[in-house]
Amino acid sequence: MSHHIVEATDLRFTYPDGHQAINGISFLLRHGESVGIIGANGAGKTTLLMLMLGVLLPTSGNVRVGEVEVTRKTLPIIRQKMGMVFQDPDDQLFMTTVYDDVAFGPRNYQLEEAEVERRVVAALETVGILHLRDRPPFKLSGGEKRAAAIASVLSMQPDILVMDEPSASLDPRARRRVIRQLQSFEHIKIITSHDLDMILELCERTIVLQGGRIAADGPSAEILSNPDLLEACGLELPLTLQSCPLCGNGGSRR
Amino acid sequence: MSNVTTSQYNLRLLDDLARLDSPIHRIHPLIKLMTTIIYLVVVVSFGKYEILGLLPLLFYLVVIIALAELPLWPIVKRILWVEPLIIGIGILNPWFDQQVFTVGGLVLSKGWLTFLAICCKGGLTVTAAILLIATTGMDGVAAALRLLRVPRVFVLQLLLTYRYVAVLSGEVGRVLVAYSLRAPRDQGIRWPVLGSLIGQVLLRTFDRAERIYQAMCLRGFAGEYHTGRHPGIRLWDIAYGGGWVLFFGLARAYNLPLLIGVWLTGGGQ
Repeated sequence: MSHHIVEATDLRFTYPDGHQAINGISFLLRHGESVGIIGANGAGKTTLLMLMLGVLLPTSGNVRVGEVEVTRKTLPIIRQKMGMVFQDPDDQLFMTTVYDDVAFGPRNYQLEEAEVERRVVAALETVGILHLRDRPPFKLSGGEKRAAAIASVLSMQPDILVMDEPSASLDPRARRRVIRQLQSFEHIKIITSHDLDMILELCERTIVLQGGRIAADGPSAEILSNPDLLEACGLELPLTLQSCPLCGNGGSRR
Repeated sequence: MSNVTTSQYNLRLLDDLARLDSPIHRIHPLIKLMTTIIYLVVVVSFGKYEILGLLPLLFYLVVIIALAELPLWPIVKRILWVEPLIIGIGILNPWFDQQVFTVGGLVLSKGWLTFLAICCKGGLTVTAAILLIATTGMDGVAAALRLLRVPRVFVLQLLLTYRYVAVLSGEVGRVLVAYSLRAPRDQGIRWPVLGSLIGQVLLRTFDRAERIYQAMCLRGFAGEYHTGRHPGIRLWDIAYGGGWVLFFGLARAYNLPLLIGVWLTGGGQ
């Protein structure tokens, strides 16, 4: 399954204004792994995702997806393997109906319209919004938009699912639904989020970024229960590991 | 400031209308586009004093609105938005045109006739274009243009501009709401703030457009905008287009109102 591996080697990226966002990052993600990328605001999470997808190209170092290095020339191959769900679903949904939006990716790969429909229906069923297929995306609620954005990526059947803050601005029930949907995705999942409880639930591995470098990389259960490490990186223990404010029980917070 | 939000919904109205299902909506986009283009050419081809000849062409618009079950008022409102521009083009004609005519003992410049003709032609052509989009959708129009072998870069430009208007209006809406909440006593936007506000809106829109473009690229977009395959042209579609072209031809060649009047009054006896 080497074709599903994502590998970054001494990755560096500097924005045109001189801001060094990524400063020597290396990691290896294996088939089927769920990885949470966490860090304070400005730690470099979104930039790292953009580098993996080739939206930005590294100043030095490289990213490999399977056997293929991410370069300008290999972008079509990379993007067929990796699907990205944006932080703001409005950035992703721009067609006139949910159906057309979810069909946008498959149609770009020149699939037969019957196959496009099969994929769209399957993706909408997976996220539970088949009944919204003919609705214009801008009239959907936040949770429905998020589901539509995930469906628009699932319809491309990516090997690797990349998500930027998938639970942001969702109500608890919609958040729970998104978590369940993501649990059913079997390939590599790369998720950046400030929702550490979701990371704890979804990802067996966590990478902590700080100032464009990896501050820690290891099992989520270990990293997310280490209050000193998290505090040093501008984070907090997940709420489920903090003590209950009413009864004072549970959690490991000092 | 709720006007901005209302405008955003209004902007999407044509998209909503295009999703209705009616005999007109089911006609092939290419046929509808060609019929509209021929209609525009026929309307424009009338002479500058021939106002009565334009009357039968109103029939086309009425039939489309009725068969497609489109709401009248929103469409009329859109035509009214464009009218000031049309009036601006023709308003000086009554002063420039030196010829005169008499109506009911009143001597008027023929410029009023040309002005009226410009208003009528403007109204007819703008309505026809609105009806085309309201019954076909911008995606359908784009697909038809591609079938006509219009270069994809132009079609893409058209589609993305259409989408970009929605992005821009969204940003304007958010900025205006944010402004009005922090300046509750202002009726509009104060001049000193206007410059930086417009600049902010533009920068944010560029940013947003960039992210939308990235999202498109990540889903395999490579310059061609696929809107799904439309079913082939049916015999009924050709009959629809042919019927209208015949009607436009008759309306252009003969003075239909006069002929109908003569026929109704028994040959002018």
